[in-house]
Amino acid sequence: MGVGRYGQHGGQYIPETLMSEIHKVEEAYEFYKHDEEFQAELNKLLVEYAGRPSLLYYAKKMTEDLGGAKVYLKREDLNHTGSHKINNVLGQCLMAKKMGKTRVIAETGAGQHGVATATAAALLDLECEIFMGKEDTDRQSLNVYRMELLGAKVHPVTSGSMTLKDAVNECMREWTKRVDDTLYVLGSVMGPHPFPMMVRDFQSVISKEAKEQILAAEGKLPTAVMACVGGGSNAMGMFYNFIDDKDVQLIGCEAAGKGVDTALTAATMNTGTLGVFHGMKSYFCQDEYGQIAPVYSISAGLDYPGVGPEHAYLHDIGRAQYVPVTDDEAVSAFEYLARVEGIICAIESAHAVAHARKIIPTMSKDDIVIICLSGRGDKDVAAIAKYRGIEINE
Amino acid sequence: MNRIQKAFENKKAFIAFLTAGDPIKEKTIEYIFELEKAGASLIEIGIPFSDPIAEGPVIQDANIRALKHHMTTDGVFEIVKAVREKSDIPLCLMTYLNPVFHYGYDRFFKNCQEVGVDGIIIPDCPYEESGEVKEVAKNYGVKVISMIAPTSKERIKMIAQEAEGFIYLVSSLGVTGVRDEIQTDLSTIIKDIKEVTDVPVAIGFGIHSPEQVQQMNQYADGTIVGSAIVKIIGEHGENAHQALYDYVKDMTQFN
Repeated sequence: MGVGRYGQHGGQYIPETLMSEIHKVEEAYEFYKHDEEFQAELNKLLVEYAGRPSLLYYAKKMTEDLGGAKVYLKREDLNHTGSHKINNVLGQCLMAKKMGKTRVIAETGAGQHGVATATAAALLDLECEIFMGKEDTDRQSLNVYRMELLGAKVHPVTSGSMTLKDAVNECMREWTKRVDDTLYVLGSVMGPHPFPMMVRDFQSVISKEAKEQILAAEGKLPTAVMACVGGGSNAMGMFYNFIDDKDVQLIGCEAAGKGVDTALTAATMNTGTLGVFHGMKSYFCQDEYGQIAPVYSISAGLDYPGVGPEHAYLHDIGRAQYVPVTDDEAVSAFEYLARVEGIICAIESAHAVAHARKIIPTMSKDDIVIICLSGRGDKDVAAIAKYRGIEINE
Repeated sequence: MNRIQKAFENKKAFIAFLTAGDPIKEKTIEYIFELEKAGASLIEIGIPFSDPIAEGPVIQDANIRALKHHMTTDGVFEIVKAVREKSDIPLCLMTYLNPVFHYGYDRFFKNCQEVGVDGIIIPDCPYEESGEVKEVAKNYGVKVISMIAPTSKERIKMIAQEAEGFIYLVSSLGVTGVRDEIQTDLSTIIKDIKEVTDVPVAIGFGIHSPEQVQQMNQYADGTIVGSAIVKIIGEHGENAHQALYDYVKDMTQFN
C-alpha cells in the first residue's frame, strides 16, 4: 500500500497549487505525532479543556428493555462543545499554531465541527473562517450565531446544493487562495492524505479509552462497537483500536434518509460507487457520468455524498459492516434514548442507537455492545419537533 | 506531428476555453468555429462537472448551465466529432478526474482517439496521482497536460521533465477568474522549466486583456483565457458569436 492509501482508496487528488502545502502538513504531522512535547500539550488540552476521558456509561435501563446484549454508551456528547469534533480540532489547531499558521478555515454541516473549530481557534488565538452551506446556515442559525460569538467569520456557501459538500468545495477553493498562513482544518476522516490518517489518529482516543474502560468494567472486549458514519470520523475513532481485535464486530450506521431504494438518501456504502472526489479515491453517491449526486438525510452531519477512504477499505476487506438507517428509525431512536436513559443525543448518533435497537435483542446476555454517542442533541430538538409536526420557537 | 505542437509553431499560442453545452451543444460547436476564425490556436473544451473545485464563480455557473441542459461526457465527444468534420484545430478536454474515472479510463481515451481529442487537462490530478491516467492516455495518443503553480517551487523541474503537449502554468493562487494584477514571478518559473524541457509553456488563470497577453508572451509560449470567454457566453447566451469573435480578435492582435 502506498503512502496515504487504504487498499485502492485514499490518495492526494488535489490541484497542484495545494501540493507543496499538503506535503508540509504531512511532514509537520509526522513530526508532531512523535513529538512528546506536542502530545503532552494536546493531552493537557483534552483533559483540562475538553473534559476527557469521556464516560463509558452502562445503559442499564436500555439493556433491560432490549433484553439482549449489555449496552454501553461512549459519551462523546459530554465533551466540551458537545461532540467528538473537539478531539480533532484541538489536535489540528495546535499543530497549525506550531506550524506558524495564523488562520484556520473549516467546513461545517450541522455546525458541530464549525463550533468546535471556532472554539479551538478562540482558545489558541487563531483567526477563524467557517464555510457553511446556505441551506445549513438557515437550518442551524443558532450555531451560526454561536460561531460568531466565538469570534469566527461564517461564510454562507451559495454554490451547488448549498450543503456540506459545497462547503468543502469552497474551503478547498479558499485554501488555494491563501495557503501560506492558513491551515484547512478538515472535520472528518476524508480529503487528501494526510487528513484521513491525521483525523483518525486524533479521534482514536475514543476507542483507546473505551477499550481500557470496558476491560476495567467487564474484564473482556465487546462483541460489537457501533457508530454513525457520514464522512466517518467518530466511527473511525470508535473502531480504530479494535481493528486488530478480530472478534470485535465493527458496525457503521449510514444515513439512509427516506430509504436506500429512494433518491433521498446519503447511504454511500450501500448506494455509492468508486470515484475520486474531495481529494480522495473512495465510494461516492454519483450518477452514470460521475456527477456527484445531491444527497439527503434529516441529519445535516451525515448529509455527505462520500465516505472516508479507510472506511471504504474496511468495507472492501469485510472487516467492518455498514448498515443503512432511515430518518424514521433515527428519530424514533432519538426519542427512545431520551425517554429510557434520559439522554438527548445528536440525530447523527441516533442512527447508531437505531441499529442497536434492531440487533441487541437478537444477541445473548453475555454479549457487550458499545455505541458511540458522537454528540448531544440540543441542536436537533427543534427539527425533531418539526418532524413530528410541532412548531416551536427556538 | 501531434496537433498540439501546431498551436505553438512559429507563433504565440492563444488557447481559448469554453464549457461544453453552455448554453447548448449546438452553440458550443458554432462557438468553437468562431473562436478559431478569430485567431485561437487551440481550444480547451470543459466537460461540465457538478463540483468544479478549481473554478471561480463564472465557470462554476457555466458548469451548472451546461448540466441543466443535460450535457454529458458522451455529448462532449459528439461535439468534438462535429468540430473535427470541418476543422483540424488542436483540441484539449478539461475536466475533473471523477467523470473520466467513472467513464472508465480505457473507454474514455479510446473515444478521445476516435473523435480526435489531442490532450486532456485534469486540475485535481497532480503529478503524483497522474500515473494511472497517463498510462492509458498514452495508448491512445492523448497528451496529459501538466500544471505548474506559483507554489510548485522545487516541484517545477520534476513536473516539467515529464510534461507533454504543453505546460499549463497557473498564474496566481486561487481559482479561475479574471484578475487585474498578476504578481507571481512567472519569468523565473519559466526559466526553471526551460532548463529541463522544450515543451511549450502557456499561462492561464486571470488573463483577460490584450495587454496582459502581450506581457505574458514576453516569456511564455502562449496564453490561456477561460473566464473572460465564458462570461461573454453567459451574457449573450445563444447569440454570442459576434461578441466572441470580436473579443478573441482583440486578444490575439499581438500574437
